[in-house]
Amino acid sequence: MIEPVSTTRAESRNERGAKPNTRLRIEDRRSAPALEETPVVFDVEDAEVYYGAFRAVHDVTMKIHKNQITAFIGPSGCGKTTMLRAFNRMHDVIPGARVAGKLHYHGVNLYGPDVSATEVRRRIGMVFQKPNPFPKSIYDNIAFGPRVNGVKSKADLDTIVEKSLRSAALWDEVKDRLRNSALGLSGGQQQRLCIARTIAVEPEVVLMDEPCSALDPIATARIEELMRQLKDRFTIVIVTHNMQQAARVSDRTAFFTAELDSKNDQRTGTLVEYDATARIFSNPSDERTENYITGRFG
Amino acid sequence: MMPAETSLDLRAKPSWRSTKSALMTGLVIVCVIAVLVPLIAVVYSVITRGGGTVIKEFPDFFTKEIPLVSRRAGPGMGPAIVGTLLVTLGATFIAVPLGILGAVYLHEYGGKSFFAKLVRFMATVMTGVPSIVMGLFIYLLWTMRFGYSAFGGALALACLMLPVVIGSTEQMLKLVPSNLREASYALGASKSRTILTVVLPAALPGIVSGSLLAIARAAGETAPLLFAVGAATAYNPHLFSEANTALSVQIFGNATSSFVAAQDRAWGAALTLMIVAFLITFVARAFTARFALKR
Repeated sequence: MIEPVSTTRAESRNERGAKPNTRLRIEDRRSAPALEETPVVFDVEDAEVYYGAFRAVHDVTMKIHKNQITAFIGPSGCGKTTMLRAFNRMHDVIPGARVAGKLHYHGVNLYGPDVSATEVRRRIGMVFQKPNPFPKSIYDNIAFGPRVNGVKSKADLDTIVEKSLRSAALWDEVKDRLRNSALGLSGGQQQRLCIARTIAVEPEVVLMDEPCSALDPIATARIEELMRQLKDRFTIVIVTHNMQQAARVSDRTAFFTAELDSKNDQRTGTLVEYDATARIFSNPSDERTENYITGRFG
Repeated sequence: MMPAETSLDLRAKPSWRSTKSALMTGLVIVCVIAVLVPLIAVVYSVITRGGGTVIKEFPDFFTKEIPLVSRRAGPGMGPAIVGTLLVTLGATFIAVPLGILGAVYLHEYGGKSFFAKLVRFMATVMTGVPSIVMGLFIYLLWTMRFGYSAFGGALALACLMLPVVIGSTEQMLKLVPSNLREASYALGASKSRTILTVVLPAALPGIVSGSLLAIARAAGETAPLLFAVGAATAYNPHLFSEANTALSVQIFGNATSSFVAAQDRAWGAALTLMIVAFLITFVARAFTARFALKR
């Protein structure tokens, strides 16, 4: 658990040249100049997601910034994943699911009448909780997206496959067996393959739904390292159950929680607080956030 | 504290549960034997009684034409093999694509709509139609107008295969994990693209198995062919014209004859039919192994 450390202590440690650790880095960030105000990618106001008559999330207002990592944290059932899936219209394939409120992507209403879900998803990719490579070869997994987008030339595909696998730090491990089944890879490799597959279509945004929950700490560390590298090229939104992970990788953190809906006495998720990660983990403004991050939730 | 070892007993306790388990295991073994005995008996008798004829006349039995006078001994079954292949493959090329398209509609597009429910119900009803009734139907619809041909038989068999292919394919589509579809959608693939490049390839082995079952059953059908195909004794490689014949029709005709020579030919034809069905299965499996997604 990350406990708030006073600025002065952290600074004094810095002066003594102590090894940087997680705590220190958070403090560094807070003492550093305010978070860079990169352009807004998603502008969300009073967004709600319904499954049939059930209101799964409500009252979400936030701005997601370009080339930053935004983490969604919160207890199970608080609507993090539901909200994430609203960003690339993955709810379209679930009968009865519906998104209400304002959800703009570069000023365009994602749920506008003329907006095509496939066009949206080409720009906003997604990595899922459980690695889900296609039961095809490693090469065909990566080439699937580019092929869907009309890339036909073998040479172009070869280049994209190599570049994507290199970006996902998987190339050296698989370069000699690109034609082998992707299902023969380990869990961590499969998840990096899924990331490579997602970035092969050059999306602007990569949504990640608990990408490390099925992985061991070493594979998790590699994926976190990968996220930091990919940040320069992509905007990343990640849902995680692991608060240390949010603290380690993200620039901004949104804390969601589930509470009883006054309307119908059902539990529904809501956004409690959204701020710079350093602030959320050191000096949250909402008591519920503080209780959650210090482990006094409930 | 006393060491726990002395009192720790991990042996299974005798109980009603373990007795029940043993009883059920025994029951299952008995059932397996009950299923295997007729199967082995059929294969054994067909090989022993048909094998003699086939080996004695080898390879003429597979190539020579059928004797016009059925009491005369001698080969062969050549025209019937060609007829069976024509009729069965014709039926396969009609029923399998239609059935797969129907199942894709039912599972991916129709869902719970009224029309989809109607189609599903009709397919179920069609499964229950006796094959001889299907033969009569094709006799009225096709044979009365265009005369005997292998194609009439193919139509009749296709009607019998269609609901089986629809049913088995829909089951297989249901088994394709939804996370594969999601992965495809998340890469910007459209629904049709996802079905063609992810869902159908993932379901292919199951679809082929289901279709094979339907083909193997259809290859042995006799009653509808009696109406639609006729009874030729000479080679007829044409799908759409002239009377043809099939192994199943020859088995029926020769086995009901009172002449020993004809009965021998019936056993030989039975063995041939089994070999043809086996070969079709083998080829289809090899085809699947080549094109199925990598596991």
